[in-house]
Amino acid sequence: MLQHTLQHLFDEPSCATNRAKDPKARKQGCGGKPLTPGNAAGGCAFDGAKIVLQPITDAAHLVHGPIACEGNSWDSRHSLSSGPMLYRTGFTTDLSELDVIYGGEKKLYKAIKEIVARYDPPAIFVYQTCVTAMIGDDIAKVCAAATERLGKPVIPVIAPGFVGKKNFGTKLAGEVLLDHVIGTEEPDVTTPTDINLLGEYNVSGDLWNVTPLFERLGIRLLAAITGDARYHDVTKAHRARVNMMVCSQALINVARKMEERWGIPWFEGSFYGVPETSKSLRTIAKMLVDRGAEVSLLKRTEALIAREEARVAEELAPILPALKGKKALLYSGGVKSWSMIAALQWAGMQVIGTSVRKATDDDKRRAAALLGDSGTLWESLPQREMYAKLKAGEADILLSGGRTQYVALKAKTPWMDSNQERHTAYAGYDGTIAFLKGIHKALSNPIWAQVRTPAPWEA
Amino acid sequence: MAKSVTINPLKMSQPLGGATAFMGLNRCLPMLHAAQGCTAFALVLLVRHFREAIPFQTTAMSEVTTILGGADNLEQAIVNIVERAHPEVIGICSNGLIEARGEDVKGDLKTIRARHPELAGTALIYARTPDYKGGFQDGWAAAVEATIDQLVEPLPGRNLRQVNVLAGCHLTPADIDEIHDTIDAFGLAPIILPDISGSLDGHVADEYVATTQGGTTVAEIRRMGRSVATLALGQQMEPAARLLETRCGVPVEVFSRLTGLLPWDNFIAALARISRRPVPQAIRRRRSQLIDAMLDGHFFFGEKKVAIAAEPDLLTGLSCFLNDMGATIATAVTTSQTPALAAVPSKTVTIGDLDDLETGAAGCDLMIAHSHGARVAERLGIPFFRAGFPNFDRLGAAHQLSVGYSGTRDLIFELGNLFIAGDRHGGMHATTASH
Repeated sequence: MLQHTLQHLFDEPSCATNRAKDPKARKQGCGGKPLTPGNAAGGCAFDGAKIVLQPITDAAHLVHGPIACEGNSWDSRHSLSSGPMLYRTGFTTDLSELDVIYGGEKKLYKAIKEIVARYDPPAIFVYQTCVTAMIGDDIAKVCAAATERLGKPVIPVIAPGFVGKKNFGTKLAGEVLLDHVIGTEEPDVTTPTDINLLGEYNVSGDLWNVTPLFERLGIRLLAAITGDARYHDVTKAHRARVNMMVCSQALINVARKMEERWGIPWFEGSFYGVPETSKSLRTIAKMLVDRGAEVSLLKRTEALIAREEARVAEELAPILPALKGKKALLYSGGVKSWSMIAALQWAGMQVIGTSVRKATDDDKRRAAALLGDSGTLWESLPQREMYAKLKAGEADILLSGGRTQYVALKAKTPWMDSNQERHTAYAGYDGTIAFLKGIHKALSNPIWAQVRTPAPWEA
Repeated sequence: MAKSVTINPLKMSQPLGGATAFMGLNRCLPMLHAAQGCTAFALVLLVRHFREAIPFQTTAMSEVTTILGGADNLEQAIVNIVERAHPEVIGICSNGLIEARGEDVKGDLKTIRARHPELAGTALIYARTPDYKGGFQDGWAAAVEATIDQLVEPLPGRNLRQVNVLAGCHLTPADIDEIHDTIDAFGLAPIILPDISGSLDGHVADEYVATTQGGTTVAEIRRMGRSVATLALGQQMEPAARLLETRCGVPVEVFSRLTGLLPWDNFIAALARISRRPVPQAIRRRRSQLIDAMLDGHFFFGEKKVAIAAEPDLLTGLSCFLNDMGATIATAVTTSQTPALAAVPSKTVTIGDLDDLETGAAGCDLMIAHSHGARVAERLGIPFFRAGFPNFDRLGAAHQLSVGYSGTRDLIFELGNLFIAGDRHGGMHATTASH
């Protein structure tokens, strides 16, 4: 069954990366080149599936496997909730050696039962892991039995770590939503301005920088998939008029299949930076109007954009002179490869280079166009080289994820988090203000001059 | 009745503990023989705890290689690492996938060595650490035992100034620094295994290195058989110490805890005995400071109820110390069954999770756990103290000192201040009690 799902995902026709491959390479699977033992980094498919599904805040997320999978990773993602907190509780079957020998299905069923009895969540997502996949626990069967006997959706997430990288796990999670969640309930009312955001996980509250804009425009967010989501909102997402795919390719399969099944048009956009935020709002408005929303939405959107852009410019005016001409090195991936460049250039900064890991050809084209001759695209940038560039002063700041944080700090170079684990929301107009103020705060800290001063006896 | 579901895990995995121990070896590249996600999760925790770049690799097992066997991935990984990072040693930990398949990793390593003469200068250590058994501490112990088993051979002669120190995972880099300095003060030369005070102490090097920088060298490990004694710090280190004793005849002394007046007295007495030197004046002075801190602090510890969740040796050390100061251990939760737990001054010790801690902690004056416990304490409105791994939401985890006279003294102040702050009339009591 898994092999079937996998093959089918590799055939994703909307995926630009996939389309660009010859038929043989396409069969090899998605997520780029195969992993190199001894020189690999990054999360597994299980990690990716968790990133997509865990933000459903009122559901229980149960990991069926040995302690490593949940014990080493629980409550470490910064998707925020405005209400239920159950999603932050770490549930695992914590398999023992005996379970591995005799099979863990019974323990899994009991675990599900205990969760239902104690927490009564609207749904339980059950994650398979490498070891339970290898010993052949039939998670789908256990979940089906539990659903029937306990009268509650118990949803198998078949994305064990060893089937692929994080990116691939996000797609598998998308399939889970399509197979078990989206379209299983009907909303009480629908409006001509109902939209979904796909691939927006409300990291550090990103979503909450955008929802007030929608509210002011009279646009109803039917479901964010899955930031700050409630299970019963996601089930009704199929009645939206427009889907915006926020995080590049991660949930492209969901966008395309929702179009196929329910005729929902979609577009790919970003809320990073002023230009992209405005563009996304315009696109949403136009697509809604095309599907029957009042034409006045277009005008109202333009008015809002004008007001917000003026506000951002005013708020940032005091720090823009300090940012002007400063050089940034971007080590990110996917859609952020280019959307962050635009945000930095808007503030007058120069981007000396960006990594284009996990980026589609289209992402790369956009990044290259923005950089022009002044910056480089890296497929990957080994830490040693990154360190050398920073040590040599080629960039004033590194924007990256936590894993490369210390490459910058050990080179005594300012760093700012631009990834999943960050603690500040950077989406929308308010996010752009926070993003650029964050860069300014990092650059202007007085420690840099001090820590770069050699000891008096060494000078 | 025992739960089938673990709720809010206390336990981290064996492979993570094993790899962390390998991070205490100099110029080492620790690696998990597992799917890449295992390394990624573990790496994130280590980076957040130590606030350091962490060298850590993976054999990147896939579904297909799991079916076919992992030898090829292991070989490629080792060859790639040696070519790229030039480590002195690669510390390999297996996981559940590899062990449940029953892979002969030791045999694979022999074959790999035979096929690649370029690996001659690189030590390879393999620790069996399935993640469906034990926890972080067990993995740490397995890695240390494997290191001794695979690198230490009997050598002729004894070096009467050289002592082995096997350091358990409950010790921080600051603890190890303190232990090192104390042993130094007796004119002894310690070989500390593993020595994370060299590699994970937070320092800024002048160049980029892809391996650990600092820690026990392979040459030091190979000399351990000549030492005059092995000091096993933490009960978890006893099996490794016994192996060294059996193989090389180095006598063992086990120190199940080093926090508190009498435990550190024992340690100092052992050093005086081994070195045949008097206890230096500076150490006597610090002992006196600790006694004074105990006198000043005991008011605030007496009859306080404490809930602790920690791995066995850390739990033993902290709970005995609190008991020594007059506090009561209301709830003790740990990760695996070990002989050390017999010493925990609590009616029961639950092998469980943070949910068990939450259930048992109602009405306590203080909660102690790793960072995941913070939300539990918040829900119950109990003052919280972070101890153990991971500590990802406060600065300075590596420099938290709790062994020795000074470490115990500072711990009395830190916990005592939490009790004072939590006590409604604490401020007033604090003043009157000092008069």
